[in-house]
Formats: sequence, C-alpha cells, structure tokens
Amino acid sequence: MTDTAVSYRPDTASDPVRRKTSLLEVDALTRKRNAAETRFKIYGIVAILIGLFFLAALLYAILSNGLTAFNQTFVSVPVTLDRAAVEDAEASLVKTSKYNAMIDKALAARLAEAGIATQMKPTDLRKMLSSGAASQVREFVLENPGRVGETVTFDLLASSRVDGYLKGRVTRAALVNDKNLDAGHLDLIDAMGDAGIAVKRFNLAFITGADASDSRPEQAGIGVSMIGSFYMMLVVLLLSLPIGVAASIYLEEFAPQNRFTDMIEVNISNLAAVPSIVFGILGLAAFIQFAHLPQSAPIVGGLVLTLMTLPTIIISTRASLKAVPPSIRDAALGVGASKMQSVFHHVLPLAMPGILTGTIIGLAQALGETAPLLLIGMVGFIASNYPGGLASGFLDPNSAMPAQIYEWAKRADPAFYERAWGGIIVLLLFLMTMNIVAIILRRRFERRW
Amino acid sequence: MSLPMIVLVVLALAAVGFLLGRSKALASANGDPRLLHSLPGYYGWNVALAVMLPAFFLLLAWLAVQPFVIHGQVSSMISQASVDESSLDLVMSDVRRVADGLDAAVAAGGLTAEQAGSIRTEFTDVRDRLGEVGVALGSDVTSETLRAAQRYRELSWTGSLMRAAAVIGLALVGLVFAWRRSGKDFRARNAVEAVVRWILITAASIAVLTTLGIVLSLIFNTVEFFRLYPAADFYFGLTWSPSFGGGSELGILPLIWATLYISLIALAVAVPVGLFAAIYLSEYATPTVRAVAKPMLEVLAGIPTIVYGLFALLTVGPMLVDVFGNDGLLGVNWMSGGTAVMTAGLVMGIMLIPFVSSLSDDIINAVPQAMRDGSLGLGATHSETVKQVIMPAALPGIVGAILLAASRAIGETMIVVLGAGAAAKLSLNPFEAMTTVTAKIVSQLTGDADFASPEALVAFSLGMTLFVVTLALNIFALYIVRKYREQYE
Repeated sequence: MTDTAVSYRPDTASDPVRRKTSLLEVDALTRKRNAAETRFKIYGIVAILIGLFFLAALLYAILSNGLTAFNQTFVSVPVTLDRAAVEDAEASLVKTSKYNAMIDKALAARLAEAGIATQMKPTDLRKMLSSGAASQVREFVLENPGRVGETVTFDLLASSRVDGYLKGRVTRAALVNDKNLDAGHLDLIDAMGDAGIAVKRFNLAFITGADASDSRPEQAGIGVSMIGSFYMMLVVLLLSLPIGVAASIYLEEFAPQNRFTDMIEVNISNLAAVPSIVFGILGLAAFIQFAHLPQSAPIVGGLVLTLMTLPTIIISTRASLKAVPPSIRDAALGVGASKMQSVFHHVLPLAMPGILTGTIIGLAQALGETAPLLLIGMVGFIASNYPGGLASGFLDPNSAMPAQIYEWAKRADPAFYERAWGGIIVLLLFLMTMNIVAIILRRRFERRW
Repeated sequence: MSLPMIVLVVLALAAVGFLLGRSKALASANGDPRLLHSLPGYYGWNVALAVMLPAFFLLLAWLAVQPFVIHGQVSSMISQASVDESSLDLVMSDVRRVADGLDAAVAAGGLTAEQAGSIRTEFTDVRDRLGEVGVALGSDVTSETLRAAQRYRELSWTGSLMRAAAVIGLALVGLVFAWRRSGKDFRARNAVEAVVRWILITAASIAVLTTLGIVLSLIFNTVEFFRLYPAADFYFGLTWSPSFGGGSELGILPLIWATLYISLIALAVAVPVGLFAAIYLSEYATPTVRAVAKPMLEVLAGIPTIVYGLFALLTVGPMLVDVFGNDGLLGVNWMSGGTAVMTAGLVMGIMLIPFVSSLSDDIINAVPQAMRDGSLGLGATHSETVKQVIMPAALPGIVGAILLAASRAIGETMIVVLGAGAAAKLSLNPFEAMTTVTAKIVSQLTGDADFASPEALVAFSLGMTLFVVTLALNIFALYIVRKYREQYE
C-alpha cells in the first residue's frame, strides 16, 4: 500500500499539560488521517478511470480505423460489350488482358464525356482501378451472355491506393516513391469525384465476400471466413453442449466421492486455465498428425475449440444444476421417480436457462479464439471459395474470422489493416449479440429460489 | 456401403427395435401398461440402445483399425529399394494418392471399375490417364506404386464391405437379443438407466482424456526432439536461431526471458489498477457505480485477444514510437520499431485488468463483514480498515489471483505474436523487440515444415515447458485460493 500506516499514540508523559481534544475540533492527526482516506479513495477512482479509459481508447481505435472498411470507392464506367471483342477475348489465352483493353477504352471515353482532360495513356488510367476489374467484367459476361453487345454500366472497384487517398490514408507525399500511382492520378481522381464518376459508398462485398490476394486489398471480404467460423461453432455447439451437460450431470448428481471423481474435477479446473495455444498443439498432434484429419478444416478447428470450451460449459452447468433446490429432487423421488428421472425430467429443465447462458458465453469465447487455429493451419492461404455443401463446409480448408483478421494484420500492404479493423467490428458485433442474448436469457428465465 | 449409409441403416434398425421392443412388452402385459415393470418407452429404448451402442462402437473401432491393417498389408508390397530411395511414408502417401486418383477416375467415368484394377504402367501412361479426368499427380507412377495402389483399393473395398456386414450384423444381433428379453417382468428402466449412467461417466472422462491427450502429444514429440537435439543445449542455450537448413541453435533462455519480461510489465500495469479498482468497487462504490463500472471493466475481458494484438501492433506500438523513438516527443532514441516488449506488456496489462479486479473483488467480498465492523468500531478510517484489516486477511487470495493472472500472461499468444516482435534477444531494454515462447510455438509450427525436423519439433518441447509452468502456477494459485476460502467459510 502506498500510505504508511498512521497510528495514534497519546504521548502524555512528554506533554505536561494534557491537551483537550474535542470531536468538533479537527486536530492535525485527524486531518492527516482524513487526507489519507481521501487519497486512498482517489486512487481507487483513478484506477477505475484508467480501466475505462483503456476501454474507450480500444473502442475508439477499433471504430475510427475500422468503419472506413465498410465504405469503398467505386468508379462507374459504361463498358460497351462489343460482341467481336468479347469473342476475341474469350478465344485468347490471357483473357483478362483483352477485357482490360475494353475497360481502358470505356474509361477514357467516360472521362472525355465528363469533360476531364488528361494526357495519361489508357493503360496508366487503369491503374486507378482494381486489378480485379477485368475479371469482374468477364464474370458478368459469362453469367449474362445475352447482354453481349449492349453497353453496361459497371461499378468497378477503385484500386486500394485511390480508395486510401479518398479516405485520407494515402497522402500525396507518400506517393512519391510509388510506381503505380502518381500525383496526376490523384488530380484525376479529385476531378472524377467532382464529376460523380468515382463515388465512395457502402460496400456489401466486404461483409459477404471472399478474401483476395495480396495485390487486391480492395476486393478482400470477410464472408467466407464467417462461414468457416459458423461451421466451427456448429461443431462446438453440437459436441460441447451434450458432452458438457452429461459430464456436469454426472459430477453434480451421481458421482460418488472417490479419487476418480476428484481427478476429474481437478482436471476440469486445470484445463480451464491451460493456455489456448496448448490446445492448438493438441489439435495438431492428435487430430492432424495422428488421426489424419484434413488440415485447415473447420471440423478440426471445431474439435479443438470444443475441448477448449468444455471446461467453461461444465463449470457453468454445474453451477446452475447446483442452484436447483434439493426439494425439487426430493419431491420427484417421493412420487416414485428414479434418480435418473428426477434429474432429466425436473432438475435439468429448471437449470436449462443457466446452462444455455453458460453455453452461449462459452461459444462467444470460442468464436474469438485465434491461437489454436494458427497451429492447425487455418491461416497462410487465401480463403477464396464458399464451401459447396455441408460436407465441404466441414472438411474443406477454410479460414475463420479471427484467423482472417490475423492474416490481414500480417500482410504488408497497409490497406489490409483497414480490413483487419473492419473485420474486428464484424467479430465484435457477433460477440456482442451473443452476450446480449445470454444476458436476456438470464434476466428473462433465471429463477431465484 | 458408405459410412453415412451404414449409420442410417443402424439408426433405422434402432427405430424398428424401439417399436418392436415396446410393442412386445405391451403385448406381454395384454396392452395394460400398469402391469409393466417400467414405462413402455423404456422397453423401446432398451432395444434401441442394444442396437446402436455395440454397432457404433464396432464401427468406431473398425475405422480406427482398418487403416493400420491395410497400411501393413500394402507396405509389405513395397520393395526395399524404393524405401531406401525416399521413405516408406512418402511412398505410401504416393500409393494413397494414386488410389484416390483411380477412385476419382472411376467416379468421373474415365475408367471402368475393372480397368482401374487391371491397368498396368507397362501399357498405359497412368499419369496422363488420370490427368484427363482431373487428377493431377506430381510424378510418374511406377508399376510398383500402381500395383500397391490397386491392392490398396481392393483391400479398402473388401474392408468397407466387411465393415458394413459386421456392423449391421451386430446391430441385428443386438436387436434380436434385446427384443427377446423384452417382456412385462423385464426391468427395462434399470437397464436403460445403467447405460445412460455409463454414457454420463464417459462424458465426464473426456476432461481426463483431453489432459492425457495434451500430455501424450507433448511428451512423444518432445522425446523425439531431444533425440535430435541435446536437452541441455535446449534448456541452457543462450541463442535462439533456428534455420530450416540445419545447424540451428535452439536455446530456450532468450524466449523465457522475454516471456517473463513481458509478463512482468503486464502485471505491473494490471495489478495496481486492478487491485485499486477492486478495492474501490467493493468497499467504496455506491451500488449504482458498481453496477455500471464493474460490467464495463469486464467488457475488457470479453474482447478476443486478436483485437488486443491488433491494438498493440497498429495503435499502441506506433504511439510508443512517437514518444520514445527517434525524433520522438522525449527526444530519446530507445525504440526503433513498433513491436517491442513494452508494447506487448502494456496491452497485455490492459487485458489482465478485469481478470485481477474481478478475482480480487470476489476475494475482498469474502472477507467477513464482522472484521470490517470491528475495525471501524475501534475508530479506524475506512482506508485504514482496508489497509490493515482487509488486505492482510485477503492477501493469500489476492496472491493467488495474481498468480493466475501471471499464468494467463505467460500463456498469452496473439498479443505477443503481433506486438512483441520476432527476433529472440537477451536484452534489458523494454523498448526492444523480443520474442516469447508462445510466439515461437506459432512460428515454428505454421507453414509447411515437416514434423520430423528439430526446428518444428522444438515447438512441442516449448509447449511442454509452457504447459508445465502454467500448470504449476495454476495448481499453486488454486490451492492458495481454495485454502483461503475455507478459512472464512
């Protein structure tokens, strides 16, 4: 403690005239003690304020950096899908380069139409667009072969640098050494923004889309990894809820007091505190090395997270089973139910709200967990495909939301940082929803006996 | 017969068994359920369980054993020459790939089932043939591999046939056996409840199995590592410089040093803030303040560690560089990059605040009110009561809480992976990048390293060290906390 202890010793021997003290008169010692009291209280308040300040700083960092990820700059260009050009492109070996030529022409035409004069070559103009623009046009053509020959207005993604410039992330000074973009582009972008060709608007593809390669941060989305997380949570829920409830029922209602029971209990409380990375090692050694389950698959991630959440679920389930008063059990036994019937027909339903609350909180923990997923290989690749079906959802390599965020944080291009923060907002929204559901469940259904 | 098919058949048999068992029991009581020993449903469940449990158990066992048997049979076909050339594992994975390729080819219609069993490398270019149906093989298929692959397919085919026959047969046996026992005098409820009890016990044992799994997977690989790399060099080595080319030095001491250093900084942040917050919340705060501030602080505990990692990497790190770095506010050049011991420690401290505060809060609340009243009644001020009565009484519990927080700090991964840096160093400067045990576990095990090299295996012995240290801390802390709780109960 920071304050030295104050002790009151009336020193009568050295003080010949005994001082009169009064409760109404505050003497030096009392003043000192009161000051110490106030100081101590202030320390407490400061500590809480520090904690709240950190929370606020964290949330501010997340929101200020991440909200921009939901907006993206689009350049709307009317591209003439000339039949001959399309057929020529589809026949050639590098199909996108021909589509690029079409986009170049369309972009130059659009600029001329808007009265924006530029000396730039069309191939340089294209640097303002995402390198995925050509495949966007091509996909449209493949999906709608009937519209070849028409002029279709495409909302093409601007390149991440252009987008960063409009969001204030990329400055002109930073572009000096950039070989892709120069100040001329930026002047052009400003003009295009004024003319309404380049607009910043909500980008749904960030939430629903797939991850993209290093060179196309503007196309990266968190959708596929969300699906991966969903399948993992499905595994966790389907395994950890029944197993956790069964284990808790045994330990709380049936287990005799013996060494085996003790061992299980000690094990559970220790497992709850084992670092999550150790569960990752277990998953790697047991599920991938030994059982040869596919690497990076949501099912393996789900299994590892199940083992990790089990202790949480068991501890909360036992608490809610314990909260059901013994009179309920006695009444059931009294009318002829077996012990098993009294538990499954009476105690368990009454404990259910508490169990579900604990399960949701356990799931929320599992959803945000990253470290074990790194070890079983859910990072280091581009999760670009939606799973085809149920089996593929469980077994095909996929990422998970926190792993995807980690992946983005590791990439070199700062444009991915914005994605990572945005991903965190999505992740936190899920966690918040789950926790709110848990709180409502508890408020609504919890019974006090 | 495919796996889902077998499961479906067994489930269907169980449903049939349920109905048969129930109706037989009712029939034996002339349709009057009052004459039965148990409720009618129990007779049904008894039969259904007798169908499902042995059948599924056999299925699981079969799934576990069959690969080994086939592996043994097929690997005896591989000549010593090709084993010497690469390794048995590699050859066998080739064989499996070719066998899968043949399966895919048959499924795609590129080969008939008969052709797949009879083609020979001498007459067909198998690689081309499989390439046509979209199965890419890395190298040319030798005739030995092809024959082994064909044998592999044959064996798996027979195996799965036998599996289906055995599992369904066992299910039928269970059905008939349990159905015959079904009758009004049979104590179905007791039988079913005994089975349910065993299911509950199995579920409870999973915790033990998990621990066992952790320990075994760590021990086996650690032993393997120490066979390749001397244990003394690992535990007492001062340099950490793995290189996958060989000749790496894998000394754990720099990692341990950084781990402890970061944990120390984290605790230096979390313990004072958490402890004072807990004291204020439990001793001074009005119920309203408590109801608002406590959940707010606990939000910090619910935020995933990846968020803290990103916060360290992208916000706190650059901020610290602005203060302590070159051309910084202080004009000192202590920090060269955003990732540093200080960055990770500070952020980890923030993460641990609610951990320390809520544990200490519980412990302070557990101190009996009589002790407070006694102290206040003697004229002590509130803060004197806290310092001289409550703290000494709660001290063991708080030490336990701090130890738990320390074990969390030591085992924390994402914050140090993102915030602490990647270079292992033995240095006193907290503004330098260092790397920890957990961060190195991640970096040694991600990527395509093969598990046989010491550079990958070292992660397991790092994990072993981490596991032992955190386990010891936890057990000790829980012991203290429990001991303390008993004192006042």
